[in-house]
Amino acid sequence: MVFLDFEKPLESLFEKLDKIKQVGEDGDIDVSEMVKEIETKIKNTQKTIYENLTGWQKVQLSRHPERPYSLYYVEEMTKAFTELHGDRTFKDDKAIVGGLANIDGMSVVIIGHQKGVNTKMRQFRNFGMANPEGYRKALRLMKLAERFNIPVVSLIDTPGAFPGIEAEERGQAEAIARNLFEMAQLKVPILCYVIGEGASGGAIGIGLGDRIYMLENTWYSVISPESCSSILWRSWDHKEKAAEALKLTADDMYNFGIIDGIIKEPLGGAHTEPAAMAKILKKHIKKELAELMDMNPQKRIDQRIKKYSKIGEFDKVKIKVSQA
Amino acid sequence: MGWFKRLKEGIQTATQNKKEAPDGLWFKCKSCNETSTNKELKENFFKCPFCNYHVRIGSHDYFEMIYDNGKFVDLFNNLVSKDFLDWTDLKSYSDRLTTAHEKTDVMDSISVAYGKVNKMPLVIAAMDFSFIGGSMGSVMGEKISMAIDYCIEVGAPFMIISKSGGARMMESAFSLMQMAKTSAKLTLLAKNKLPYFSFLTDPTTGGVTASFAMLGDINFSEPGALIGFAGPRVIKETIKKDLPEGFQRSEFLVEHGFLDFIVDRKDLTNKIGELLAFFNSASKAS
Ligand SMILES: [Zn+2]
Repeated sequence: MVFLDFEKPLESLFEKLDKIKQVGEDGDIDVSEMVKEIETKIKNTQKTIYENLTGWQKVQLSRHPERPYSLYYVEEMTKAFTELHGDRTFKDDKAIVGGLANIDGMSVVIIGHQKGVNTKMRQFRNFGMANPEGYRKALRLMKLAERFNIPVVSLIDTPGAFPGIEAEERGQAEAIARNLFEMAQLKVPILCYVIGEGASGGAIGIGLGDRIYMLENTWYSVISPESCSSILWRSWDHKEKAAEALKLTADDMYNFGIIDGIIKEPLGGAHTEPAAMAKILKKHIKKELAELMDMNPQKRIDQRIKKYSKIGEFDKVKIKVSQA
Repeated sequence: MGWFKRLKEGIQTATQNKKEAPDGLWFKCKSCNETSTNKELKENFFKCPFCNYHVRIGSHDYFEMIYDNGKFVDLFNNLVSKDFLDWTDLKSYSDRLTTAHEKTDVMDSISVAYGKVNKMPLVIAAMDFSFIGGSMGSVMGEKISMAIDYCIEVGAPFMIISKSGGARMMESAFSLMQMAKTSAKLTLLAKNKLPYFSFLTDPTTGGVTASFAMLGDINFSEPGALIGFAGPRVIKETIKKDLPEGFQRSEFLVEHGFLDFIVDRKDLTNKIGELLAFFNSASKAS
């Protein structure tokens, strides 16, 4: 198990638990009372920790190395998944995956950012930072879904679109912009979930949809707390402050009316019980898609555009129209 | 006195807007270091008479340059940004807004105008870099959204002159969502068969490039403008290599297929007139 800095009080409790269990096994003694006591302690400590997480702590949880990624959910939630590769122009991006899935008899196209589960895979997946061809592959799959009236589920988990020379040469900005434009008018439902990190244009590039949900310990922001700190505080040391200022948690996003809801995670985060998390997500997807598929396509598109048109906070002042 | 201040003090008049272009008599080119007078500079479309460097200018400089006889109407100027997240970094967002209003004569980082070019109607939304780096917040998104509604209502083509460092961090997710908002609204313009010209000027980066600025029916630019998704400094820090000469400049984007052409500022008005004439006669023929 990996413990984050604010989870340290739990580490010693889990160690104690292991030790007592070992003693019980070795000495063939009944330790059930003691085990129960420690387990209760763990539960209580978890409650205190996880119910009072700061913005930065949620960012840390969203990046937990054991956190489930897109392909894990796909595997748990679907049958007969066929991964599709390539944007048909340049290459196959490993940081965005997608394919044809079947969720309890319903055909669904799933797209999502993908991070690696170990050092080698993290590099292979480019840390979940997509290049333009990733966004273009996602768009190709969405257009395919549209042709066959199949809904799209998008799983968002990225520290941002990749900032590189080739990414710029191949039009990172254009790829993201094109997706936003096409997703706004896609004739089939688009259902989006932030399952980890939702950083900036890299996230919204597959994140425009009819409904947007966030898992409890995830974040969504215009910029990562680190980069925000480096630009506005001119130092990397203020990431905690930046995380607070950005108001990037699921609760914040829901209160702003930017997302449609929050999906509860198992106590301690999605990684503590990934299978249970996948079950919760699957149930949610099924319910949402049933509702969305029921709507008239044009009405769905109109609502989608209206939903985004409403987002914005500003004042209006009295002014005469000036003419030069 | 800043326009916003005059406004607050109730002495709003139909004044000329202060220009982003330099005040005073002399202009020293930051590209070639030659000195010219500001009169010469202005007569040369705010380009250095020696090296043709395109000096950064403001929204209303473009409006006056492009519209027939420099005449236009300002639209949606009553929208102003507010610090709804109670944001403070080294400075508070409110302070930044106050400073921007004092320093400039515009109401926000984008201004919208309606006028005629060669007698043909055109709505232009143009940015001011002097207003918090031309950053995109809720006001920019809403003004573009309203400008698109206006275009559809009056049947006018739309042009955006971008000049922005990207999303305004002090509005957090709200600024990010303006990417989706503006792109979604542009689909309505397309459905109504109204052309959209995206004119990218130095600099255009971040969320602005990754949304409406790359979505023009025609994308074009001034020479030598920095245009990209990630800023050069971020890329350099990520890949730990020097960037190639001319990287992310307009000429580079034409070469890689993301801009249709580059136009010298002295030819800008003519080019827009040509485009409008082209699309107007096309729509008449159909
Ligand atoms: Zn010069």
